[in-house]
Amino acid sequence: MDSCNCIELQWPPDDLLMKYQYISDFFIALAYFSIPLELIYFVKKSAVFPYRWVLVQFGASIVLCGATHLINLWTSTMHSRTVAMVMTTAKVFTAVVSCITALLLVHIIPDLLSVKTRELFLKNKAAELDREMGLIRTQEETGRHVRMLTHEIRSTLDRHTILKTTLVELGRTLALEECALWMPTRTGLELQLSYTLRQQNPVGYTVPIHLPVINQVFSSSHAVKISPNCAVASIHPSGKYTPGEVVAVRVPLLHLSNFQINDWPELSTKRYALMVLMLPLDSARQWRVHELELVEVVADQVAVALSHAAILEESMRARDLLMEQNVALDLARREAETAIRARNDFLAVMNHEMRTPMHAIIALSSLLQETELTPEQRLMVETILKSSNLLSTLINDVLDLSRLEDGSLQLDLETFNLYAVFKEVLNLIKPIASVKKLHVSLNLAPDLPEYAVGDEKRLMQTILNVVGNAVKFSKDGSISITAFVAKAELLRDSQTSEFFPVPGDNHFYLRVQVKDSGIGVSPQDIPKLFTKFAQTQSTAIRNSSGSGLGLAICKRFVNLMEGHIWIESEGLGKGCTATFMVKLGIPERLNEPELAFMPKVPPNHGPTAFPGLKVLVTDENGVSRKVTKGLLVHLGCDVTMVSSSEECLRVVSNEHKVVFMDACAPGMDGYEIAVRMHEKFTKRHERPIIVALTGNTDKVTKENCMRVGMDGVILKPVSLDKMRSVLSDLLEHRVLFEAI
Amino acid sequence: MDLVKLQRQLVDYRDSLYHECFLDEQFTQLQELQDENNPDFVVEVVSLFFEDSERLLNELTKALEQQSIDFKRVDAHVHQLKGSSSSIGAQRVQKSCIAFRNYCEEQNVEGCLTCLQLVRQEYYLVKSKLEALFKLEQQILSAGGSIPI
Repeated sequence: MDSCNCIELQWPPDDLLMKYQYISDFFIALAYFSIPLELIYFVKKSAVFPYRWVLVQFGASIVLCGATHLINLWTSTMHSRTVAMVMTTAKVFTAVVSCITALLLVHIIPDLLSVKTRELFLKNKAAELDREMGLIRTQEETGRHVRMLTHEIRSTLDRHTILKTTLVELGRTLALEECALWMPTRTGLELQLSYTLRQQNPVGYTVPIHLPVINQVFSSSHAVKISPNCAVASIHPSGKYTPGEVVAVRVPLLHLSNFQINDWPELSTKRYALMVLMLPLDSARQWRVHELELVEVVADQVAVALSHAAILEESMRARDLLMEQNVALDLARREAETAIRARNDFLAVMNHEMRTPMHAIIALSSLLQETELTPEQRLMVETILKSSNLLSTLINDVLDLSRLEDGSLQLDLETFNLYAVFKEVLNLIKPIASVKKLHVSLNLAPDLPEYAVGDEKRLMQTILNVVGNAVKFSKDGSISITAFVAKAELLRDSQTSEFFPVPGDNHFYLRVQVKDSGIGVSPQDIPKLFTKFAQTQSTAIRNSSGSGLGLAICKRFVNLMEGHIWIESEGLGKGCTATFMVKLGIPERLNEPELAFMPKVPPNHGPTAFPGLKVLVTDENGVSRKVTKGLLVHLGCDVTMVSSSEECLRVVSNEHKVVFMDACAPGMDGYEIAVRMHEKFTKRHERPIIVALTGNTDKVTKENCMRVGMDGVILKPVSLDKMRSVLSDLLEHRVLFEAI
Repeated sequence: MDLVKLQRQLVDYRDSLYHECFLDEQFTQLQELQDENNPDFVVEVVSLFFEDSERLLNELTKALEQQSIDFKRVDAHVHQLKGSSSSIGAQRVQKSCIAFRNYCEEQNVEGCLTCLQLVRQEYYLVKSKLEALFKLEQQILSAGGSIPI
């Protein structure tokens, strides 16, 4: 046995140690075989494992190791060379594979380790994100609360509701124990507890506004944590509980005048209110940043909402005031209208009814004068005549003045002889002047045109009045009347500061100056001269009559003629000068002699007959009807007569071209007919022309006629010429509104 | 009688009527309307006026005799009379009608009765005057002359 290369066994194989070695080897081999199996099994189960190849190698090495150990079992005893060969081969393979595995493992183990590190890293990151999500969600909640709060606050314009809602919602959102609002008092020196959340009726504590803690809060635009023991925070008796944290924020109170673009938001004088918020007692809650931000935002919103409410209140107050004023103005206007209507009614009556008896008196007295009278009787009649003339003048003056004021007076413009007007005035004034031994001189400038366009009657009235005044108020001396064309340079007179005459091509300014050497007028009385019914109180003229209306009327006439009138006097006893300027038109080059004989332009002679014109005449009065018919028949019309409004409406057809109706008869409503006729004939060319015959042509009647759709108004009685011209005008123009 | 004298008498008489305000220009207008087509226009109108006025005066008398006078009716009648008289140019009748209307508005019974008297008086006056005028005109026409304008 010496040639055997096998290792000399030192111990006998039946030794216990050997036995244990056998068993250990066996189990090692078993383990070594099962480990790869397990590995393979679990790897197969897991879907992802990046290092398969390494695992295979690893498995291989373990298997081989196991094989080695297994083979070891035979090598403990005497074994043949084959076994030795197998053993060696196995060992060699094992060695190789193990080494390779070892080498490979060097590469992959860091990777495997880093996987773990990454996992840890990711877990950390996830936790962090979770935290951030939580934060964002909280902020979002806060945002939602703010929006909801703002919405609640801004949805009302009532100040109290705004504030109450703010406190309630804030309390709810932030789960507050107590929330209070301190408003500055009127004086601005104190803060008064105005609203609280829990206590229903705040007792009205006040704190002075200049406490350091309050200043601190007011000077910062953020919410400030304050001590629960300070004056503003001790609104809730906390007793034995630990008070929660308290935060205060300022609420700016904005006024209307605060909204200036440049200064926003740093304003010089600002009033603040204080909002104090207390966290629940005995809780460990702390004010968190997002909660503080919420509070600040809400405070701002409240400020805006309050100012809106204030502005609304003011505008509603202004509107109420305006409405009241409106009502008052309306009333005043209606009163004024009533007054004007009353006056117009009065005038309408005076117009006709007063003049008629006057006319009768004057006419009959003058007739009486012509008869045989005893001297006393003659004197009496003369007095009657003089008085009634004065009265008549007065009535006319008053009526004229009222019409002038009304604005309803219009000048009758026509061409007239200017020189003749002056001569006439002179003739009228000469008798009286010579009785008073006054010398009157008339001086007409050579460039004064002989003919002018204007209202002759009223111009004469004005000149007569002025000259008459001169004569009336002079006891002796002379009166000079000068008339000339006002030149451009003279128009810039210091006297006529309000009056700016504009020279033009077809008009000129006539300037008349009347100088007298009478009693004059004192300077302070001059402005009163042109006011109605005002008379100077000097005793010298108490005897002379004068209603004080003359100059007032003259002034109005002169104004109508776009002119100016004024009086200068150096004082009592020094005479006075009356001057007036009026605008007159320059007539066209007409045949002058013709004009001298025909002062009125002849009326429009249209067709002298209207053959076959179908006309309908409505009049209750038989005589008037017959007369109107006669008129129209004379003009060649085909006249149908009816005597009532119903008959008129029955008979009228679109063949009738013109319908005449009596508009002022009581019982027959001419207006009603006009309206019905408009309804009956809707097309304009089918409808006959409707003309009202009336005895009353004031504005109101005319307006009424126009309103119901009448085409014309004529004053009764109608002369033949007038009817002729009316018909021709009507047929030509289909409308006629001025036929007096 | 001499034609010329008659014509002169007519003219004078007519002038006096105008002068005394019995008639006014309306009457002249009526005369202008008389032509060959309408030779008796004026007479017709005046006759119509007489009839109308008589009727109205009777109505007025009756109305004013009532216990409770209906002033509106009275006013309506007077208005008619006024219209008629102004249409033919009976100036004095018209004027008295105006005064009458005022009393009606005031509801003054005394005044109304006085006015009625006045109106009636004026009416009869103008009626007799017009009848005299027409008689003169007839005389001239039957003498073969023409009415002077």
